[in-house]
Amino acid sequence: MIRVEGLTRSFGAVRAVDGVAFEAKDGRITGLLGPNGAGKSTTLRILYTVLRPHQGSATVDGIDVLRDPLATRRAIGVLPHSAGIYPQLTARENIAYFGKLHGLAGDALARRVDELIAGLDIAGYADRRAKGFSQGERIKVALARALVHSPRNLLLDEPTNGLDVMATRALRAQVLALRAAGHCVLFSSHVMQEVAALCDDIVIIDHGRVVAAGTPELLRAQFAAATLEDAFVAAIGDARGLE
Amino acid sequence: MIAAIRTVMQKELRESFRDRRTLLNSLLIGPIFAPLLFILILKLALSRSVASQDEMTPVTVANAAAAPNLVQQLRASDMNVTLRDGTDAEIRGWIAETDALVVLRIPDNFGERFSGSKPAAVLIYADGSDSKGEQHAARVRAAVAGYSALIGGLRLQARGVSPTVVQTVVIDSVDVSTPSARATLLLGMLSYVIILATMLGGLYLAIDATAGERERGSLEALLTVPVVREHLIYGKIAAAAVMMLLALALVIASIAFALHAVPLETFGMSANFGPEVAARIFLTVAPFALVSAALLTVVASFTRTYKEAQSWLGLVLLVPTLPIAIAGVLSLQPQASLMLLPSLSQHLLIQGLIRAEPLPLAWTLLSVASTLLLGLALTWLAGRLYRREAILGL
Repeated sequence: MIRVEGLTRSFGAVRAVDGVAFEAKDGRITGLLGPNGAGKSTTLRILYTVLRPHQGSATVDGIDVLRDPLATRRAIGVLPHSAGIYPQLTARENIAYFGKLHGLAGDALARRVDELIAGLDIAGYADRRAKGFSQGERIKVALARALVHSPRNLLLDEPTNGLDVMATRALRAQVLALRAAGHCVLFSSHVMQEVAALCDDIVIIDHGRVVAAGTPELLRAQFAAATLEDAFVAAIGDARGLE
Repeated sequence: MIAAIRTVMQKELRESFRDRRTLLNSLLIGPIFAPLLFILILKLALSRSVASQDEMTPVTVANAAAAPNLVQQLRASDMNVTLRDGTDAEIRGWIAETDALVVLRIPDNFGERFSGSKPAAVLIYADGSDSKGEQHAARVRAAVAGYSALIGGLRLQARGVSPTVVQTVVIDSVDVSTPSARATLLLGMLSYVIILATMLGGLYLAIDATAGERERGSLEALLTVPVVREHLIYGKIAAAAVMMLLALALVIASIAFALHAVPLETFGMSANFGPEVAARIFLTVAPFALVSAALLTVVASFTRTYKEAQSWLGLVLLVPTLPIAIAGVLSLQPQASLMLLPSLSQHLLIQGLIRAEPLPLAWTLLSVASTLLLGLALTWLAGRLYRREAILGL
């Protein structure tokens, strides 16, 4: 469960995020939809504690993100915008490294890593060095890494960027499985189709502000639009950044 | 908390050991090839100086007929005499054409003045800017002076005067430099080699763990683990320091090995570089690994890419050599106050150890303490820098 209120953050003269507020519930997939530069990544970065907001507050499962960043990090799994993995380590070692940093050790760690390798279908290349991995293979390892401590909440920043169709489908299946397991999934995208295909709730962001939020049905009704795409265009005023 | 530092350190080391390029640059080129190259140059320099001592000095004599006894004397003092007649202008031409040529020209009036017991001049032509030619000229000058003194003595004796009458002051030089101290002039460079190889050992890991991690896009994910950011960077510094200690051990071992290949004793020199000295040098320089690991990490933290880090750290490698160079120019003598300066203190202590000079224990302790203090301060600074949001390079 993630709750965001009045989040504001500037970089120099630019207001990247300007009073963003929304809620992402457990057992649901919430999509942050908006054109490039709308403030999606900044919002997520504040939630995963690498940036501090200038104003506003955020909680994850009731934990104050600003006051207790360490506890927040334990409660979330993160797939950042640039989900690089270590090229000289194998997939298994990449996942285990993060497991250790999350405090897992010994058999518990080995079991959890095996579980993720099986669950995310990484077994074929689990013990190969990550140097030559395809983008899809890398993303799967990065996702496993984000899930290694079994977090309740998952933050994914444009996870399907650069993925081919098969990899995208596999990732979607994973996200749906996580929802089914009761996780709170928050993911950002500028791809309309993806958000439409996956999300239970949609938060449309533009120029650092939330311009509309709700279920797809609600959004269509609100903007009297036939499709979600029309609703999106109506919400942000034009078709910038749509795919 | 400590577990996280260890986890990060182990992971960075594991990655470095798997990267052939890093390993090659860190542990092979610096610590093993550099000393071997250095020793090779040392060996070449030594064999050259020995050769020039042994070989016959070539000298060309013009108008030898005017002074047959002098020519005889030159031959007797192991000189390779060539006879060739020519005018002043011709002789200048020969010297311009031939390297290291020394010509002794005897004027026509030499015999006349010589038998009249008047000072008889001879001319020695040599190119003073040619070090080899100058060396030969000096020997010819000495041989002629010896001949002059010999004849002068004989003349005095013929007149019933002892030649010692004209020897008013005799210089007797006593060379007090010990063989080890003489070697240190050449081996003084060894401390540079040791300190630079040590730093090089951790250079690539320091870059990879900071600028490299950011460039590959894994830093952001790393910052989302529930570990205090300082501890992540402490782990990286520790890993760089471990690589540096490895490089240090390797460079000392390869120097010890390579020095065996140089017959220093034949040249009246010796280097004090046994196992005990090697171990003491290791312990003396070891704290410096922390300083350089933290220093390189701090600088790499400011750079955005691997390449940018590489060019900056190349400059940083020069920083520790500055105090050494300045102390060398000012010819500062080792003293307690200099032990407070990291890199210079290590340099002076290494020199003292190789020279087998007695070193007060307090100096070593001062050096270790001041170096560790600076290392901890830089480590703390690196931790502070990692707390900043700007570390992401957004």
